Parts: sequence; C-alpha cells; structure tokens
Amino acid sequence: MKGFWSVYRKELYSLFASPIFYVVAFIFLVISGYFFYSIVAYYNVLSYQASQNPMMARQFNILEMIFRPFFLDLSVVLLLIAPLLTMRLFAEERKAGTLELLFTYPISDWAMVLAKFKAVMSAFGIILLGTLPGVLFVSVLGSPSWKPVACAYLGVFLLGGSFISLGVFTSSLTQNQIIAAVLSFGGLLLLWVIGWLKNVVESPIGEVADYLSFAKHFDSFAKGVLDSRDLLFYILFTVFFLFLTLRQMGSYRWRG
Amino acid sequence: MIEAEGLTKFYGSLPAIRDVSFQVEKGEVVGFLGPNGAGKSTTIRILTCYMPPTTGAARVNGLDCFEKSLEVRRVVGYLPESVPLYGEMTVTRFLRFAAAAKKVEARAIKKEIDRVVDVCALGKVSNRIIGHLSKGYRQRVGLAQALLNNPPVLVLDEPTIGLDPGQIIEIRKLIQELGGEHTILLSSHILPEVAQICQRVMIINKGQIIATDSPSNLTSRLQKTARLVIEVNGPAEPLIQALGQLKGVQKVTPGQENGGRMSIETDPGADLRAEIARLVIGKGLDLLELRAVDLSLEDIFVQLVTEEPSQEEPRS
Repeated sequence: MKGFWSVYRKELYSLFASPIFYVVAFIFLVISGYFFYSIVAYYNVLSYQASQNPMMARQFNILEMIFRPFFLDLSVVLLLIAPLLTMRLFAEERKAGTLELLFTYPISDWAMVLAKFKAVMSAFGIILLGTLPGVLFVSVLGSPSWKPVACAYLGVFLLGGSFISLGVFTSSLTQNQIIAAVLSFGGLLLLWVIGWLKNVVESPIGEVADYLSFAKHFDSFAKGVLDSRDLLFYILFTVFFLFLTLRQMGSYRWRG
Repeated sequence: MIEAEGLTKFYGSLPAIRDVSFQVEKGEVVGFLGPNGAGKSTTIRILTCYMPPTTGAARVNGLDCFEKSLEVRRVVGYLPESVPLYGEMTVTRFLRFAAAAKKVEARAIKKEIDRVVDVCALGKVSNRIIGHLSKGYRQRVGLAQALLNNPPVLVLDEPTIGLDPGQIIEIRKLIQELGGEHTILLSSHILPEVAQICQRVMIINKGQIIATDSPSNLTSRLQKTARLVIEVNGPAEPLIQALGQLKGVQKVTPGQENGGRMSIETDPGADLRAEIARLVIGKGLDLLELRAVDLSLEDIFVQLVTEEPSQEEPRS
C-alpha cells in the first residue's frame, strides 16, 4: 500500500477545501431532518390514537414505526448525494492533468484507488454523524434496543460504500465531472429499482434482478436484521467496482 | 543511468514513436529536441513510468520501468510539460503532499521542503494558493516537486516554457548546477538553450531519433555549407555574378535591402575569405564587412527535420 496515507490526506483536504462537501452535507441533513421530523410527528399522532385504543397500542413498536422508515428514507437521499461526493475524484485529476503526477509518484494504483475511496467514505461518515442527534433523542425518550439501530447504521454505511465505489468507478471513466455524476446516479437508480422486475418477469431473470436490487438487501438492515447474505452482497459489490476502477486505471495508462 | 531500447508506442493504430533507443550516462545533461508532435513527451512519459511502451524496454538505474515501476518512480523526479498542480492548495501544502508521496521521512519533510523552496526561490509565495500564482511561479513549484527527495535522475519536459527572460536564465543556471550530481534529461523547443545547458543533444522527428551528439559536433558534422556574410559599398550586381563563378562558392544571396549586403554559401572547409576580399577590391568596391557565420543549431535542426524522410509513409 505504498503512498496510501499521503493520497488519503490529500483527498480529505481537497474534499474539505471545496464547497461541494458543505453543500452536500447541508442538503443531506436538511432533508433527512425533515424526514425524521415528519416520521416522528406521524408517530405522535398515531400514539395519541393508540392511547384510546388498546388493540392498536399493542402493535406499537418504535423500531418498526420510526427507525425502519427513517433509514429507508435516508438511503434514498444517499442515492442522490453519493454521486456528488465521488464525481470529482478521478475526473478532476484527469482534467487538470494531475493524474500524471500521481501516476509518476511512487504510489501503487491500488493505494491510489483505495485512498480515494476511503477519503469519501470518511466524509460520508462525518455527514452520517449529523443524523445521530435525532436518533439519540428518540432513543432516550423511547429506549429501543440499541442493537437494531446500530445494525441499521451499519447497513447505511455499507450501502454508502457500494454507492461510493460505483461513483469512484464512473469518475475514472471520464474527465467530465457532470458525466461521472450522471453515470453513477443512473447506475444507482437502476440498481435501486431493478428488483421491481421480479413481479413482472419470470424467473430466473426476475430472481437475478431481485438479488441485484439495493433496496431488497437494505430492507433487512433497516429492520435491524443482520443477515450475512446482505452483508456479503454490499462488500462484494464494493470490492467489484473498486477492482473495475483499478482495471480502468491500467487501461488508461496503456492508452496514454 | 537511463537506457531506452527499441521503444515503440502506438496510440490506437497511430505510432507516436518508433524504435527509439538511446542511453544517458550518470551525471550527463542531455537535451531532447524536436518539433511538436515528434514524440518527445511520449518518450519521456515512458521513462517516467506514466505509461508502458507498446514494445521495447526502458531502464532507469538498471531497473525496468515496467517491471519495477515503483522503484523507478522513487529515483526519478519529473516535471510534466503542462505542469499540472493542485490549484486549491498552498505551495507548502502541495509540497508536503508530494514529499509524503515520495516517501520523504516524516521528520525530514519540513527540512526537505525548505531546501527545495530555497533552491527554486519560492520563499515569497510559499503560503499562497497555487491557483493564484503566475506561470513563472507555477513552473518553479513544478520544478520544486521534482527535486523533492533529491532524486538522482531528473526528467524535465519543457522546463523554461512560459517564463520571462530573467527567469529563464535563473532556471538554466539552476539546471546547470544540478547537472553535476543529477542525471538530467530535458526537452526543449529553444535550441540555444539546449546548446548552452546540455552536453549532448538528441534530435527526434516523426517518432524517430535522427541525430545524437554534442551540440558542437552536431554543428560541424551536419554542416553541409559554410556561410560568409559580406557588405560592400557600391553596385553589387557585377560582384554577385563574379562571386558565383568563384570556385567553392555554392550560392550567393543578396540581402533584403538594396545595399551591398549579401550572404555567400561555400563548400565546408574551404576558406575563401582572402579570395573574396581580393575580388571585391579588384572590382573597385569598398569592403565594409566580411565575416564567417557559424551555422546555428537552429539551422541544423531545421535542416534535419525538414529533410525528406527516405522510406516513410506520410503521417498526419
């Protein structure tokens, strides 16, 4: 991993020096805050009704009624912002020609790809921390079990990892940041909705489409269920696209 | 120190360089000359491990640029032609990144940065954002990053382009100073510069090396004619005819103004100055000036690259 930390620090600096990060973080937190507020407010209304209806009160569950919808909403917002965090990674360096510096410094290609990935993951982690106050607020008042909540956070983080790995890859394809963002957004959206095919198309295509769907794998995390198949899916997805990025770097070198 | 062996690089089906071979010895300063698109940058990019060659091999310090890429990159300092830099960083921050990437020890980084900032005279701008710097300073920042970690080999692609005359002289002096302990390969358009700094010149055209020698040898070896300039007072027409009949004179070109200035091309080695002087006096004219002109490297360069290639298909 030669040169990993130097590139990682540089990428973090570039991320925090550019306004993109702050705008993206702001929008993400405003929208997720709005979702959180509306979900809690709805829960509030329901709990008022439940106080007059013991049958309904028995089915009440904070995890199911607040956290699950909240994390599902969060994942959709993430779909919108992930391409914005990753679009500049390689595209900007190609456009400015600085890739030539990185390619001629003693930095291995793997270290370069991983450092860039990790830098965006760190930034994403920081943004995600911004959602904690609301979650803590509900946890203190409602005292749900912390394990399912932690599981849901792990799910969001892994989902973010796959989104970002796809973004890293599309950014390596072009020197235009907009094209990189559009490609990764399109790819993510397609993989989000591809599971719908299951209801329309006969297996095995429907089965495959269902397996590839981000939404399907995320739902169990949002419910607080840690399933190794879903864990494996996100990890494999991330590794696959980072590997494709590495191949793309090699191909870029050969073409010159 | 640097060896290229039959380097060939195709971009798609278009050959950028073909069968380029040369060697640069330790401590040498070698200039790489050629018109735009001749393949200078391609060759340099192969030597600096930016891209692998289609065929052939390049070695730096005995290490293959493809097989031992990371090791080679540690001993080569490279200034790319377009001087790409991170515009959002300050000079110091950028150099700190470059030093870390080049494996300068953490404790030594500050000292090393101070050293290159000093060498490249960047002290005044070290805390400014690179994006706001003038072209001359950017060039020096590029040079500074190449010098980090004191690499034994320096590869500089057009190091003085875009600088003002004062800066050019400074950079040339700097390169000459570095020449003692570093092996330097530099490319340039500016021929007098190469003649001045480099001990050896390689001229590349259409992807092939067409001449390699010291600037002075190149001049004498390739000099197909010697040239004299004379100026006389009086009607020049009859003199031009008489000169044309003189043995050893190849061509007489009258000067642009209608005065008595003309340049005479003679066979190399034949010193006709005395005969010409007698001829002029014999015609009853006043001889105002008579001097031999050395063919400049520039003339040789133009001669070489404009020569019809013997067996080559045309290229765009």
